Amino acid sequence: MSNLFRKPIIFLSIFSLLLTSCIETIPPEALVFSKDTLANRQLQTRKFDTKSEKELLTAASGVLQDLGFNLDESAPGVGVLVGSKNRDATDSGQVVAAVALAVLFGANMPIDKEQKIRASLITRPSEAGKGHLLRVTFQRIVWNTQGVVSKIEPINEPLIYQEFFEKLSKSVFLEAQKI
Amino acid sequence: MKNYQNQFFLKLKKYNMKKIINFKKSFLVLSIFFLASCETTSSRLFDTSTNKSAVELRSIQARAFDTKDQNKTLRTIIATLQDLSFVIDKADMELGSVSATKLDSSNQGLWNTGYALRMTVSSRPVGNRTVIRANAQFNITPVVEPKPYQDFFVALEKAMFLTAHQVE
Repeated sequence: MSNLFRKPIIFLSIFSLLLTSCIETIPPEALVFSKDTLANRQLQTRKFDTKSEKELLTAASGVLQDLGFNLDESAPGVGVLVGSKNRDATDSGQVVAAVALAVLFGANMPIDKEQKIRASLITRPSEAGKGHLLRVTFQRIVWNTQGVVSKIEPINEPLIYQEFFEKLSKSVFLEAQKI
Repeated sequence: MKNYQNQFFLKLKKYNMKKIINFKKSFLVLSIFFLASCETTSSRLFDTSTNKSAVELRSIQARAFDTKDQNKTLRTIIATLQDLSFVIDKADMELGSVSATKLDSSNQGLWNTGYALRMTVSSRPVGNRTVIRANAQFNITPVVEPKPYQDFFVALEKAMFLTAHQVE
C-alpha cells in the first residue's frame, strides 16, 4: 500500500478522483420536521387581537424600521414582510484571541467583521376566529476580515424574540391609538 | 566490450519505454483534470449535468392537492417553510409563488459546515385542484434527488390536512 503511494502519479490520480467525487449534497434532515420545530414555532409566534391584518402589518413594519431594518419585500395579500440590515460583527473575545495569536506566533487570524441580518415577518388570520397570528424569523450571514463567509445560521435565542415581541406589542398599541 | 554496449542500449531502450509509460500516465491524469473542468456556461445554465428531463423533474417536484383556495394554500406553504426554519425572501399572491432561504449547518464529513438552501414553491389552480411545484438549490448545486421533495411534501401534507397526489 505504502509502495503504491510512493508513486506520485498514482497518488495524484486517486486524489483527483476523490476531489471530483467530493461534492456536497443536501443533508437528509434539511426538509424534515425536527424535535425543535414546535418549540421554535411557539418561540417565534404571537397572537395579536387586531381587527385587520393590515393594521398588524403596518405596526410590524414600524418595528422593523425602529430596529433599522430596510424593507426588501412586502406582499400584504399573504401577510409577508421581509427586511434586512448590514451591521458590524466584531466580537471582542475573537479580537483578544487574534491579538494573542499575533503576538505569540505572528499568525494572522481572520476575525468576524460584517454581518447581514435578515428578518421575515408573516401574519395570518387566527383559526380561532378573532385576531391574527404573527411569526417572525431571523437569520444571519457573517463575513470575516478576509471577506470569507464565516458563519451562516438561524437566530434562535429566546431573549431576542421576547424583546422583539415586546416592541411589537407597543407598536400595535400605538397603531390602534393612531399615535 | 560489445556486451557492455549491448547492455547500455538495452538500458537506454528500457529507460525510453519508462518515459513513454510515464508520459501516458501523466497524460491520463492531466486529462482527468481537464475533463473535470470541461463544463461550459451553457451546460450550467441548462443544468444538463443533472441528466433529468423536464417531465422527470416535474414528477419529482410537483404534487396536486384537492383544494381551490389559492390564498390559504399559499399561506400554508409559507407556514410550512417557516416550520422548516426557512426565512421567506419573496411572496406573490398573484403568481402564487414563494421563495425562501434556510441557513443552517450540518455534519458532513469531519466538519460542521454551514449551508444555504434556497427554495421556490409555486402553486397554480388546475381544474378542481391546486398543483404545487417546488425547486431547490443547495449552496451552488441544484437539488434533483426525489427524497428531499418527498420530505417537503410530507411536511406540507400535514399542514394542509390534505393528501398530496402525484401529477399525471
